[in-house]
Amino acid sequence: MAIGWYLAISAIVFALGAAGVMVRRNPLVVLLCLELMLNGANLSLIAFSRMWGNGAGQIFAIVVMTVAACEVCIGLGMIVAIYRRRLPIDVDELRELQG
Amino acid sequence: MSTLLFFIAGIGAVAGAVGVVVLRDPFYAVLALVAHLLSLSLLFLLLRSEFVAAVQVVVYAGAVMVLYVFVVAYVGGREEPVGELLRGRTPAGATLRLGAAVLGGALLIELLIALLGTGLKAVSGYGASYTPGPHAFGTPAYIGWLLLSKFLLVFEAASFLLLVAAVGGVVLARRRAGLEDEEESSGQVLTPLDLIRPKRTGTMVEGVGGISYAHVLAREEQESERESESAATVDPAATAEPVGAGAGAGPAAGTSRQEEGW
Repeated sequence: MAIGWYLAISAIVFALGAAGVMVRRNPLVVLLCLELMLNGANLSLIAFSRMWGNGAGQIFAIVVMTVAACEVCIGLGMIVAIYRRRLPIDVDELRELQG
Repeated sequence: MSTLLFFIAGIGAVAGAVGVVVLRDPFYAVLALVAHLLSLSLLFLLLRSEFVAAVQVVVYAGAVMVLYVFVVAYVGGREEPVGELLRGRTPAGATLRLGAAVLGGALLIELLIALLGTGLKAVSGYGASYTPGPHAFGTPAYIGWLLLSKFLLVFEAASFLLLVAAVGGVVLARRRAGLEDEEESSGQVLTPLDLIRPKRTGTMVEGVGGISYAHVLAREEQESERESESAATVDPAATAEPVGAGAGAGPAAGTSRQEEGW
């Protein structure tokens, strides 16, 4: 298949993830949608890497995966901490960032 | 054949993404994301990046998603009905949500124009030439060579980032006020390492709310003094018993009492 098809799929996945981040209220699902956005970007990186026959895009994709793993670690830690304080698991109600 | 595989994987990826956004139960959303990641790894394979596809399956769909499943099972999370997803609970929320969906659609159109409407001829091509071999494009040998030669700094920066995230995870997950309070978290099992290492140098046990070795020693001394005052003959086993008996009480005591500062 031509590279353009892969780019179209990556655009669809990225836009779906962005819409999910804005629409959903559960922070767990918001994190999942963030993963969707990162994966859409990853797919286009790999497609461009294939397009030019250059490995830099694949290295970039692996680094993005590392960043995603770190984000999951911190984000899920925060969700568990929120849950332990008996706060509502809902991004609409968690609007105060005061300590 | 590759066209068929592409359409199967592409439809799977898009359907998984739709499932993540639309499904009510967070657990099903995680499962939809696993399906999305697996079909995405098939797309990576079609793009001749074998190593990234393997990493995607093993690390992403394997390890990271297991973390998600654990947290969903622990937290649970509230289900949101699909109707409420678009309508919201208040009229203002409904407008905002509709605006968010419209923004998502606009983003998709803009991205498609940017990606496919370019004058680049290579976008409609099939990519650079590819010759199979042990060190060809996308093999583990190729990726490893790139990571350790041209992108060594990136490699080290990524490892440092992982270290920072691990420290941050421990800091976020530990119980507050566990270090000072020896009445609430009573006792722990001594390990041989406690006798070697300097006292009160933060171990993982101290960080997550167990008590430090110095506290154990101090309490042992207090109790032995108290018992030597009350009774003339002191049994050495009796002094060691309270330390081991309260080992199971640590986690329950910390969760029943809420953390004050966060």
